[in-house]
Amino acid sequence: MNTNVNHPSKPRKSALVLFIHKLGSPPWFYAFSGKLIPWLWLLFGIMTAWGLYLGLVKGPADYLQGESVRIMYIHVPSAWMSWMIYAVMAGLGFITLVWRIRITEILAMSSAPIGAAFTLVALASGSLWGRPTWGTYWVWDARLTSELVLLFLYLGVMGLYNAIDEPRKAARAACLLALVGVVNLPIIHFSVKWWNTLHQPNSISFTGGSSIDASMLWPLLIMAIAVKFYYAANLLSRARVKLLEQDLRKAWVRNVVPRDLPRVGPDVVHRDRGN
Amino acid sequence: MSAPNQGADRGADYRGGSLSGAFLALVRRDLLLAFRRRTELLFPVIFLLVVISLFPLGIGPGPQLLARIAPGVIWIAALLATVISLDALFRSDFEDGTLEQFVISGHPLTLIALAKIATHWLVAGLPIVLLSPLLALWMNLPAESLGVMVLTLLLGTPILSLIGSIGVGLTISLKRGGQLLSLLVFPLYVPILIIATAAVMATSDNLPYTQFLGLLAAGLITSVTLAPFATAAALKISLS
Repeated sequence: MNTNVNHPSKPRKSALVLFIHKLGSPPWFYAFSGKLIPWLWLLFGIMTAWGLYLGLVKGPADYLQGESVRIMYIHVPSAWMSWMIYAVMAGLGFITLVWRIRITEILAMSSAPIGAAFTLVALASGSLWGRPTWGTYWVWDARLTSELVLLFLYLGVMGLYNAIDEPRKAARAACLLALVGVVNLPIIHFSVKWWNTLHQPNSISFTGGSSIDASMLWPLLIMAIAVKFYYAANLLSRARVKLLEQDLRKAWVRNVVPRDLPRVGPDVVHRDRGN
Repeated sequence: MSAPNQGADRGADYRGGSLSGAFLALVRRDLLLAFRRRTELLFPVIFLLVVISLFPLGIGPGPQLLARIAPGVIWIAALLATVISLDALFRSDFEDGTLEQFVISGHPLTLIALAKIATHWLVAGLPIVLLSPLLALWMNLPAESLGVMVLTLLLGTPILSLIGSIGVGLTISLKRGGQLLSLLVFPLYVPILIIATAAVMATSDNLPYTQFLGLLAAGLITSVTLAPFATAAALKISLS
């Protein structure tokens, strides 16, 4: 008998499943994401340069809103990202709570600050756009308000995560809160939307025709993809740092971090002093 | 889970093993504990009265302005009073270890959470509902809006206790969880505040309001079904 043949009752994992399983292991994830991050930053740089060039230099000003319409190329992708990242965080949180995978836990918790930052950018750019367009920095309009509530939800997740000392317990508690938040988000969004009417109606929809000209749509879509690369690169970088922090005393970190770099952590400090 | 628990010492009284028996026993115990500390029971109510009375002092006693802001003010005060009383929901049980006994008792933690939430509403939410006619009087709310105001509070305050209990479950292991708790639950209270105040305002504008009450009822049913599970999960994380 050939011993190399796999046992029939244990089907061999497909390459993809094997790859995903391997990513769940911290050393593998660390090495793989390290290779991926430079490419993500590069793609982000190229896409951003291209999108901003089309939007800010080549693209036309709006006949009603004038030059201030160009804020849209930052504002709209940030607003989209703020909602998307919350959904991703909640999805990762669900995986964390059900299967207790450490990498998804770290990814979920690394997503929160990025999502909060995008929310803040969307709010700030929205009010900067509001000044010339509506004549005021802040209007209690539906989308600004639900964006603000979203910011509070992010701050709650981050606050809870930072308040609990033990990182794994903190992550699970914050993941549960993110899940509760994601159940509530549609309700919050629609109740706020219904509560108010002042904002412009949606101009981009994927089902019906779009009321935005191609010269403005293309830079917007390019920027929307660019910020996704930014999210991925930033997320992986944050997750790598968190992994190193948590696994400071594990063997794989010692193999990964170059010996000559100054080490962090109390035990290492003592050893250095001894030398 | 019937056999081992049947011999419990108060089995006859509390019908030890059954689910409804455990639920009722817990509600009875918590109500008893609450009524043994009657002054503490009054704190949220007094808080509510004080907060409401601050508004005319800060804004001015103009009856029309007060009537206009009355639904929002009463509801925001109800939110604040609920959040202040929430911390007591599991605090003493957590500190003396009773909560851990609940977890290992063999009864589903979801049921225990639901019993605690029900008691919390009876102790902290129901007084708000009962007091609301007086508050409406203070705030010069028109008489035709009063009924709807009481109804929104009746449907809405249990939701506040239910959603709030998730936040309490998440923050119970923190020494100073109270401030964080308000950050966690207030954003989740936004839809209730919007719908409830819209219902009351609709009555003063002679608009239909039953759809808002329907939405609140739907929210109550949804949160009764989902929130105890989330609270139980949160408590398990906090106790781990």
